[in-house]
Amino acid sequence: MSATNPTSDPKPRRLPVDLTVTSLTVRVLLGRRRGALFVALPALLLLLAGTLRWAAGADDDVAVAFLGSFAVGTVLPLLALLAGTGVIGPEIDDGSIVYLLAKPIPRWHLIVSKLLVAAASVIVFGALPLFVCAVILTGQLGGVALGFGLGAVLAGIAYCAIFVLLAVVSRHAVVLGLVYALLWESLIGGFVPGVKTLSIQQWALAVTREVVDVAVPTATVTLAVAIPALLITVALATWYASRRLRSLSLSGEQ
Amino acid sequence: MSVLEIAGVSRWFGNVVAVNDITMTIGPGVTGLLGPNGAGKSTLISMMAGFLAPSSGAVTLDGVPTWRNEDIYRLIGLVPEREGMYDGLSGRQFVLANARLHGLADPDAATSRAISTVEMDEARDRDLGTYSKGMKQRIKMAAALVHDPAVLLLDEPFNGMDPRQRLHLMDLLRAMAAAGRTVLFSSHILEEVEVLASHIEVVVAGRHAASGDFRRIRRLMTDRPHQYVLRSSDDRVLAAAIIADRSATSVELDPVQQVLMVQAIEFERFTTLLPQIARQSGVRLFEVRPSDESLESVFSYLVSAR
Repeated sequence: MSATNPTSDPKPRRLPVDLTVTSLTVRVLLGRRRGALFVALPALLLLLAGTLRWAAGADDDVAVAFLGSFAVGTVLPLLALLAGTGVIGPEIDDGSIVYLLAKPIPRWHLIVSKLLVAAASVIVFGALPLFVCAVILTGQLGGVALGFGLGAVLAGIAYCAIFVLLAVVSRHAVVLGLVYALLWESLIGGFVPGVKTLSIQQWALAVTREVVDVAVPTATVTLAVAIPALLITVALATWYASRRLRSLSLSGEQ
Repeated sequence: MSVLEIAGVSRWFGNVVAVNDITMTIGPGVTGLLGPNGAGKSTLISMMAGFLAPSSGAVTLDGVPTWRNEDIYRLIGLVPEREGMYDGLSGRQFVLANARLHGLADPDAATSRAISTVEMDEARDRDLGTYSKGMKQRIKMAAALVHDPAVLLLDEPFNGMDPRQRLHLMDLLRAMAAAGRTVLFSSHILEEVEVLASHIEVVVAGRHAASGDFRRIRRLMTDRPHQYVLRSSDDRVLAAAIIADRSATSVELDPVQQVLMVQAIEFERFTTLLPQIARQSGVRLFEVRPSDESLESVFSYLVSAR
């Protein structure tokens, strides 16, 4: 008597990205109400940019102010919050995460797959519209658009890594994420000099400043700090989220 | 053939002890984990499935700890109690996703086989959200079977199933066991466990109360002292007659309720004897009522008897 079967021989896995996990995640993320918000936020951004252009004309200073504080500083973290918590939070809440966890897949592969989906949606629904906004505001496909686009991509990935971690660690990830995004990144980060060096927004703007000819007023961090800081944030958040996912307790009696 | 070892396992949540020093071995065949709701069955299954760390003790599968060990899922198939699935997927897509997540060489073939095993071929292309509870249970079962696991863990699989679905699942589990698999399911219904499980583990209030085949568990449950409440035309005469026989240990008169409380030790003997005693003493019986037949009291007797 044997309980094994030839079809259960596993294929060797190479990439830390599982395509089944990503496709299930996309389904959960873009389904229902969340999908509408992913369209509404960039639409709002584009609408405001269009209005500004109409009211103020093509002006680099207006563009930098709008893109830096509002687009990168507020809309992008909100989108990343939506995406980062949305790729794993709902599955933990309704228990369906058990179907991913009861598989011989290293936990960090699950986190990387989900982070990839979150980051991709922030790039599509955040960085790309932001780039278009920059083109509208400056009236050209120049350095400002490229700089902010690149900054938004990097900030989006880092924000997502933080919010995926929050969703694994806490059932109140959305609230905690909001507090972090609004208080730390927007408010305190704008006033307290020490916090500025520990802010994803500032790191992203440092990258933007390298590309943009126009002065980006809020960027106080040097590139030598910003790039390693972004990399370390993503790596640490991914590592710790994987670790916590590995010891996520699932009990039927809740 | 795989064996689950639970060795001196306890699990507490804050001040609440959910599982209290349980030791048991689950081998091939069907094992029923029996106990009232809240007894710690789910906590125990979560620990077996590697989704909860024991606070003390160890849970191992073929000698390897199940906690923080992804590789055990090549051997384990789990049917969770919770209903959260990926609504919007069809049954087939759901099982196929599970097959792919396992990295099976031929996920399509494995999916078709698993769906046929649970007889869900007809409904396989319907949205999971439209399934009845019994159908959900079966598709969860197919997802758990898709990689042909040596161990199958099912948390309250019969909940919400109609009798026909129940019988079908029972046949399925028997077939799994006959193929050499280790099958463990939890239930709070004795009859369910009795007809299916070749081996029964009883858990009450987090403690391991009894272990054995259904005959042994049945005997334990019927041999225990039974408490009866009697009403008769003359309680005092009846009390004297009952206490004179050795089938009861105590008789108590309750003058307020005007009833007689009898503690019987020999269930069979007492039930046949009582009418005879009554007739011989010229007492008319108005009411004979077992006062503690609830499952809880049966279970708590088993715990205190250890």
